[in-house]
Amino acid sequence: MKATVLVRPKPGILDPQGQAVEGSLRKLGFLVSEARVGRVVDLELETADPAEARTQVERMCAELLANPLIESVDIELESA
Amino acid sequence: MKPLVAVVTFPGSNDDHDAALALRGLGAQAVAVWHGDSELPSGTAAVVLPGGFSYGDYLRCGAIARFSPVMGAVRAFADEGGPVLGICNGFQILCEAGLLPGVLRPNRQLEFVCRDVALRVERSGAPFTSRCSDGQVLVIPVKHGEGAWYADDGLLSELERRGQIVLRYVDDTNGSIGDVAGVRNEAGNVLGLMPHPEHAVDSLLGSTDGALVLGSLVDAAGGRSLAFDSIVTA
Repeated sequence: MKATVLVRPKPGILDPQGQAVEGSLRKLGFLVSEARVGRVVDLELETADPAEARTQVERMCAELLANPLIESVDIELESA
Repeated sequence: MKPLVAVVTFPGSNDDHDAALALRGLGAQAVAVWHGDSELPSGTAAVVLPGGFSYGDYLRCGAIARFSPVMGAVRAFADEGGPVLGICNGFQILCEAGLLPGVLRPNRQLEFVCRDVALRVERSGAPFTSRCSDGQVLVIPVKHGEGAWYADDGLLSELERRGQIVLRYVDDTNGSIGDVAGVRNEAGNVLGLMPHPEHAVDSLLGSTDGALVLGSLVDAAGGRSLAFDSIVTA
């Protein structure tokens, strides 16, 4: 089964990369009041069980994929 | 006998040789330890995690190096009270490993900063700042793109109350919360700092203030070494 992990800077955490993107978009004439830049991790899991998959990915997030001090995660599961 | 200071090399470390050279100049026996080693050399009296870009800074700086086999030994050494100093990338690794509080983020100005900076010693004393006095200003270079230390307000005030903030930038350098440049653990035997003391140990390079920090560590290692020798010979 496939899993997608969206890692975002938590609200209130300074995101200079997002600010730079926001500034560039404004220069291009787009009306943007905020941009935040995160990270996407696509995973191919061996298990086909959604509950098992979610447990595994939550552990991956806690141990490696995100730093809970500054990042939040959203996990999306999709059967292959 | 010279105290043995282990300097760990991760794939992508690039200040390991400078750190070892500086420590030797200050009277230590600096020994290179590979990240794949699962033990520290017998008699290790202090550990230095040097600067660089371990594992290419992939994912988050320091996030992958913390799983290196040697980190288990470093954690055990720290748990026993052994002094561990993380410089720049070493600081990032110690934060990701949970041995130090907070985390290092990209500089607020999104620029790599590489220059001498003034640092104020907030807390003097062994094992890292015994050669300094409270309030003393040190000039030591920084060179980093991800040096903005972050902790939420609650954590920062807790650390301040417990005296864990050891060094602060005199002027805002990278957007660090509270201008924190160096922080230690609660027990006081693990310190991380973004500035590079190993690049400030020779007047030819400008400042020699880095020797105050590394010299303090060598002093502390010397004390541990004596204790270790007496156990071995007992």
